[in-house]
Amino acid sequence: MISELLLRFVIGGIVVSMFAMLGSALKPKSFAGLIGAAPSVALATLSLTVLKRGKPYAAVEAQSMILGALAFMIYAWLVCRLLMRKRYPVLRTTSFALIVWLVCALGLKLILFG
Amino acid sequence: MIVKFDLGSFRSTKRSEYATRFVFGGAVTVLAGVIADKFGPRIGGLFLAFPAIFPATASLVAKHQREKKQRAGVHGEQRGRLAAGVDASGTAIGCLGLIGFAVTAWKLLPHVPLWDSLALATGIWAILVVSVWFICRRLL
Repeated sequence: MISELLLRFVIGGIVVSMFAMLGSALKPKSFAGLIGAAPSVALATLSLTVLKRGKPYAAVEAQSMILGALAFMIYAWLVCRLLMRKRYPVLRTTSFALIVWLVCALGLKLILFG
Repeated sequence: MIVKFDLGSFRSTKRSEYATRFVFGGAVTVLAGVIADKFGPRIGGLFLAFPAIFPATASLVAKHQREKKQRAGVHGEQRGRLAAGVDASGTAIGCLGLIGFAVTAWKLLPHVPLWDSLALATGIWAILVVSVWFICRRLL
């Protein structure tokens, strides 16, 4: 169990870091921002899930991920509006807005999958 | 504006910033796995698109911009916040690609080998985000 969590941590850390490095090297900023929504966690998680639980289970996760991505889009749009129009601190704004992601993701899941 | 790849950014990024991204990325991947184990794939799948790394990335974008302006003798607080806002606008566009990735993976995973499915889904993500970004640049 611990070794599996450690493997997840290392693989996830490596994949996310690689995408983050790519994003930090790209210009202009709006193009670099595309990498902020890279499927880094999904790549690490889906591959491990297929190996552990099989393809049908991973496919259900991928289907739910569509709703998570929709919630992410709402979150990013809200953060963009708040940072451009208000004078709120960046870390506080982006962190508190994670509640919006959670509400949207769970709300969409409840509406569409019950 | 043409898209550029700036290798100098690797030198200007501190080791602690790389470590932050690694730790956040690893933690979110573990979290997604644990949530799927506890609550099932329907809830766990949502967390494959959890923006946990985003606050750290946006803060680094704002910090780098602020420091750049301060070196030029200008108070860069506002510029830092705007840079993070522009980054977030790109991320919102990037989410269309993430949806494309998820749909491709959902449809292909049961029928196509794992690595082929993920490679195709990543290719769809890349094509979508670049296309939509260029379309937005033309229209806005």
